[in-house]
Amino acid sequence: MSGPQGGTERLSALSIQRWTPLSRAFTGGALALAAALIFVPVLLSANVTQKLTSLFILIMIAVMWNALAGYGGLVSVGQQAYIGIGAYGTVLLAHQGLEPYAAMVLAVVLSGLVSVPASYLLLRMKGGQFAIASWVFAEVFAIIVTLRVDLGAGTGISLIELNRYGAADRQAFTYWLTLAATTITLGLIFVLLRSRLGSSLQAIRDDEDAAASVGVKVMAGKRILYIIASTGCGAAGAMTLANTLFIVPSSIFSVKWTAFMIFMVLVGGLGTFEGPIIGAVILFGIQDLFADEGGWYLVGLGMTAILFALLLPRGLWGTVGERFGIQLMPVGYRVRGLGRTGRSPTGVAPADEAAVSRAEV
Amino acid sequence: MTWVNAIIQGIMLGGFYALLACGLSLMFGVMRIINLAHGDLAVLGAFLTWVLVDKTHFPLIVSLVLALIVMFGVGWALQRVLLERSLRSGMLIPLLTTFGLGIVIENLLLEAFSPDVRSLGGNAGVVTTASWRITDQLSISALGILILGVAIIVLGGLHLFLARTSLGRAMRATAQDPDTAELVGVDSRSVYARAAGIAVVTAALAGAFLAIRAVVDPSSGPTQLIFAFEAVVIGGFGSLWGTLLGGFVLGVAQTIGAQIDPQSSALAGHLVFLAVLAFRSGGILMARGAEA
Amino acid sequence: MPILKVESLDVRHGLLPAVRHVSLAVAEGETLALVGANGAGKTTLMRAIAGAHKPSGGRIVFEGTDITAVPAHERVRAGIALVPEGRRLFPELTVEENLLVAGQNSKQGHWNVESVLDAFPILKPLYKKRAANLSGGEQQAAAIGRALMTNPRVLLLDEVSLGLSPLAVEGVYHSLQTLIAGGATILLVEQDLGRAAAVATRIACMLEGRIVLEGAADSLTRQQITEAYFGLNRRVANGVGA
Repeated sequence: MSGPQGGTERLSALSIQRWTPLSRAFTGGALALAAALIFVPVLLSANVTQKLTSLFILIMIAVMWNALAGYGGLVSVGQQAYIGIGAYGTVLLAHQGLEPYAAMVLAVVLSGLVSVPASYLLLRMKGGQFAIASWVFAEVFAIIVTLRVDLGAGTGISLIELNRYGAADRQAFTYWLTLAATTITLGLIFVLLRSRLGSSLQAIRDDEDAAASVGVKVMAGKRILYIIASTGCGAAGAMTLANTLFIVPSSIFSVKWTAFMIFMVLVGGLGTFEGPIIGAVILFGIQDLFADEGGWYLVGLGMTAILFALLLPRGLWGTVGERFGIQLMPVGYRVRGLGRTGRSPTGVAPADEAAVSRAEV
Repeated sequence: MTWVNAIIQGIMLGGFYALLACGLSLMFGVMRIINLAHGDLAVLGAFLTWVLVDKTHFPLIVSLVLALIVMFGVGWALQRVLLERSLRSGMLIPLLTTFGLGIVIENLLLEAFSPDVRSLGGNAGVVTTASWRITDQLSISALGILILGVAIIVLGGLHLFLARTSLGRAMRATAQDPDTAELVGVDSRSVYARAAGIAVVTAALAGAFLAIRAVVDPSSGPTQLIFAFEAVVIGGFGSLWGTLLGGFVLGVAQTIGAQIDPQSSALAGHLVFLAVLAFRSGGILMARGAEA
Repeated sequence: MPILKVESLDVRHGLLPAVRHVSLAVAEGETLALVGANGAGKTTLMRAIAGAHKPSGGRIVFEGTDITAVPAHERVRAGIALVPEGRRLFPELTVEENLLVAGQNSKQGHWNVESVLDAFPILKPLYKKRAANLSGGEQQAAAIGRALMTNPRVLLLDEVSLGLSPLAVEGVYHSLQTLIAGGATILLVEQDLGRAAAVATRIACMLEGRIVLEGAADSLTRQQITEAYFGLNRRVANGVGA
């Protein structure tokens, strides 16, 4: 970075750029990949299909949690509420005679609907108070489910309605639905970050009070993020049910989901678009290798998350992307003419670029 | 009469919650950190006491005092190693690191002690079984009174400590303006570390009482954190006496909930908490705004 | 030997250099006034000497010891006290507590609660009041008293008259003159040139992070100071400063 004394003269030499050849190629590649992934159930084994479904679910919740914490500054410890609502909502609706896949879609909508009044309650709190209040909110739903015998109470329930489809079809439908949900989720966040709102959101995360003082609608921005993140987690819950066919309240409403989300986002890169996806792939690999280790596996995840938070707070992607000025998905702005590439909504921008990105607000 | 009984039991339970909550409140008041590992630290204190009783065969009270001394060091180290660094990186990071710490403590306990429940009730002697019978349906347990008494002593002691001692004064000054505190000769790092030590000691004491009056297992922490937080919010952030009152309200809500349906005791507490959040977000005393 | 010496000090706010290569020395018993426009780096320099800002280069030497890496609270113990800009009393603490908290970890000496109250009689009736309830002038008296409680060898005063009524400024400066007459060593930041010239033995003028003019208070003309203050005639100013 050059010293700021040169800044004013050089400002006219700067230009703002969103697409770079690399990000253009990569975004195209991502779309092509999503299209190619459609053929997985046809071409590859059922085992691969199921594993990829699990991976997509992890990507979805990581991206959703990152939307909350990385862009809204909201550390939720209660997104498992919506995972549970998505799953149990599906069971409830299917029990009413609804076609199970339609029930899943409706349950996702239901999660979004629940999150609207919840946002009015929970967003009154900030920081750690929001964190625990959102956790209490999840606990309330967990207890309500364990009190209902028709939902299997504490012992769990399966989605028997899915048995009307053969195992292979079921696997494929679930896979396609999850792929679609993940693509929509990622696309939505991508569009959101590129919108006016995206810049507002970054301003909120950087300094909520300052953002409010220049006219950013802080509460509206946070509410939109909360509703999107909750709907996305509802989708993850419905897909988890379809993928495993059986759920227990103690695990679908477990705070372990939050632990996974925090791990993926911190390791991948908080506040970056690409980071949570990378974090999800890493967690997916770790789960495959170490999940049998039980407690030690979680000790390892917790320690890793702490170390990343303290030593590499921008995560793998945030660190690498910053060092080499790479941005695969063009969600930010590149300020051409500065010594280093700026990426505004995707990270803690140096002072000069922050000014540029806020000028848009 | 059963309702009167429920309320009296609720108040005694509330004393326990206030004890559990005061450390959370202290750390928030001094360092502006909500320690998401608070409940797990309480459980760690209970297990440490249990191990000391089990291995050394010291009397419970001796083991407890030893455990509390160790836990002061744990709190001190927590501040110096984890929170001090976390605080430098903004308000998000302390939440993430304390949440991670909670996961680590819980699963280390799980590996070391298995998921089995433990109790210190058998080591506490006559106090766990003695009670005063008021009428046929109404009796007051000696343990309930003991815990309530300890809670009042600890909260009152903390209040006096903060108001009257030079360290308490330095803590309040640092809480209000850490930079200026440094400029008048207060070692703010050391003040923070001692505040964290005290907070963890009170958590561990509450954890030990949990193991005396009921049982603990490695995964008890998160629930205790939630109850402690509810007591703090219901009473209003920033006031120790509010925390005591918040504990009472939470305790009574839970015992009345249990009276209606034994399974919905925690649910009743959660609903009262959410109602306070919805209608009086500054806590029932309205001492200070919830955003303070 | 000067009691306080600053050698080629650099302090940055993020990327912005706020103090550039500043060197200055304060002798025991003297009053050095730092003057300069807003943003000239005076407050940053004072805070760096007190330990609230970490310098990016240079040294701070106090009584012959390099204290550049010493934390703020230990500098207080060594004998440096800052009355910060904006007074910064602890608002929820009483006046008494504000004084006591400063005295509790510091050297014993002439200054204690009684002598501070004698020096600032306006504080006597306010002793048990919360600092937030005091007027600006009362707060400033309490803030100076709080710094004195540490029995400093060097007292750093940052904009003690800012935001006060003229009457309150009179009061504050009256008590300062008493301190100076008592042999205190003072480094003073003041926007008001007249005031600065009246109490100081020496004046240093800062512009854009540098000291551009320095000299005995009675040897500098008003013209010289004004030009340095606004950077009107840099060539002349630099000539005198070097």
